[in-house]
Amino acid sequence: MKKINHCKITIPAKSVNEGYARAAVAAFAALADPTLEELSDIRTAVSEAVTNCIVHAYHEKAGLIYIDLTLTEDNTLKIRVKDKGCGIADIAQARQPLFTTAGEERSGLGFTVMASFSDKLAVRSAVGKGTTVTITKRLQGRPA
Amino acid sequence: MEITQQGNTVTLLLTGEIDHHTAKGLRQAADDALITRRPEELVLDFSGVTFMDSSGVGLVMGRYKTARSLGCGVTVKGLRPRDEKIMRLSGLSALVTFI
Repeated sequence: MKKINHCKITIPAKSVNEGYARAAVAAFAALADPTLEELSDIRTAVSEAVTNCIVHAYHEKAGLIYIDLTLTEDNTLKIRVKDKGCGIADIAQARQPLFTTAGEERSGLGFTVMASFSDKLAVRSAVGKGTTVTITKRLQGRPA
Repeated sequence: MEITQQGNTVTLLLTGEIDHHTAKGLRQAADDALITRRPEELVLDFSGVTFMDSSGVGLVMGRYKTARSLGCGVTVKGLRPRDEKIMRLSGLSALVTFI
């Protein structure tokens, strides 16, 4: 499918950037005239993906988060969130609702929420190399 | 966050966006209120929240554990429908009262 817009954002893995990441991706998605519900879904899914990078991939230490956004002519938004952190040994286990390795203040719902608010969620990971999450969301609004 | 007390019930009015970044401060303030005021019921009022991801669930789960250790119940109210959807994914409704 032909790309009609593309954007790359790189941010330090700092929690203060979670709000920025949500806002930046929502601003890109807004070009496709999504519904408010779709925008909220996108903001929520991105927030989960970026938080996973900060908390799990980099364990709240220094690192970079690479966000790659593509809008195709069928009005599908692909959001790829990549880190070069510790990686996930068992992706199936990590995707189980309520599974977490980050203590009792984390709900273990990150992947569950990402999947709930997107049309497709793909996770690729290699231990010691990093993780790439791709969130696909079909938008009902007019193409940009 | 605004904290009010009526009898043995302490209500925390949460406002703005709740994510992993903002939850840290909310967590501390909520635990301070629980420990210093020792209520019988803690009400987490989400009616001022404009965005929430699963960090909001973690916030409630953590406060439930703290409250329970102090013999205090927890009620969650004022959730927007999409935030309630996230909250219910956790199974918290078996432990916490939602109104």
